[in-house]
Amino acid sequence: MSDTQFQTIRKDGLWNNNVALVQLLGLCPLLAVTSTATNGLGLGIATLVTLVLSNGIISAIKDLMRPEIRLPVFVLIIASVVTLIELSMKAWFYDLYLVLGIFIPLIVTNCAIIGRAESFASKNSVSASLYDGLMMGLGFLVVLVLLGSVREIIGSGALFNNIELMLGQSFSFLSIQFSSDYRGFLLAILPPGAFIGLALMIAAKNLYDARTKPVTYEQT
Amino acid sequence: MNKQKQILISGALVCFFAAIGTGLVSITEHSTHQKIIDNEKLALMNSLFELVNKERFDNDLAEDTILIPASNLLGSKQPQIAYRARKNNQPIAIIIKATASNGYNGAIEMLVAINWNGSLSGVRVVKHKETPGLGDDIEIIKSDWIKQFELKSLNQPESKKAWHVKKDGGDFDQMTGATITPRAIVASVYNSLIYYKENRAILYQ
Repeated sequence: MSDTQFQTIRKDGLWNNNVALVQLLGLCPLLAVTSTATNGLGLGIATLVTLVLSNGIISAIKDLMRPEIRLPVFVLIIASVVTLIELSMKAWFYDLYLVLGIFIPLIVTNCAIIGRAESFASKNSVSASLYDGLMMGLGFLVVLVLLGSVREIIGSGALFNNIELMLGQSFSFLSIQFSSDYRGFLLAILPPGAFIGLALMIAAKNLYDARTKPVTYEQT
Repeated sequence: MNKQKQILISGALVCFFAAIGTGLVSITEHSTHQKIIDNEKLALMNSLFELVNKERFDNDLAEDTILIPASNLLGSKQPQIAYRARKNNQPIAIIIKATASNGYNGAIEMLVAINWNGSLSGVRVVKHKETPGLGDDIEIIKSDWIKQFELKSLNQPESKKAWHVKKDGGDFDQMTGATITPRAIVASVYNSLIYYKENRAILYQ
């Protein structure tokens, strides 16, 4: 595997073909849970793990696969992986499960995962697919945390509220309350705030891309 | 013939992957089953200890339960488990589940812990769909609002009229921007106390 391919995978995952900002996949869980930065981080980590595992498994069995049955088999693998993650969390990280639990089944509905299985993992080597899962997952995670942060700051004047429930007391320093008498701006926390926030992020990305490379427009 | 063979191979492959997937999930389910039950019990116990201090009783709450039939006062449509705390076999407190069906956004489920003498040991909201940022201050994690019920009883505040939010002329704080949510909870807690008063004798049997 050449370095250039890995570089392309990294750039695609984090920016050029970002799951949330360019492919616009997985919007249902994305819009639903990003009311706080902590929730965004939680769903981001869970999606990242799922994406890496499903990409790795699907790439490993791609030679056994036949075109007419690939979609049901992908769905089966993704659903199994998600269920395994959910059960393991319930057994060994129960506190984390209490915070993230409701998001885990949502991952099955994230089209980004089957999208990467179909368009990347089923055609590339295991190492490239693992790396692709990692980078696509990271790209998604960053958008989730950013959108969650913006909505939380505007909506309730805080950042990373309740992070200690997820990462433990040693991370409670991340939690910031900006102003004690801020009344909050409810719109940012409600679903419309998610749409507006994501739209602004996409617009900002497109604006940046248009400024830096005005001629080439990449159709993805 | 050849086509049929292809179909059979595809079918067999799907079966193969289905078997592996199901197998992995069942093995994991089987090996984590007990651990998950223990975790759930521990989490439940911890939430109960928050309502009735651990030092006040010496029995196993998980074992000392009673099934309470459906009741309008508790807002329950099905029988529900209540947990009883005792010390030296003397009743200390009971934790019952109450549902306020008239929240701003559907039902609000809570645990109400009532001391033997009819005063409240504590109230916690366990499930709700109230508006984030407005009605969700009923969660202990977001605000201390729910703590104002501690030590309140049917005699304290004295009149039925006082068992309302301040906006309705009662004693209980509402939260800014949300009146329906606290109103529903105050009424539901009051009804739970009435239920306790009427049924105390049988609740500890």
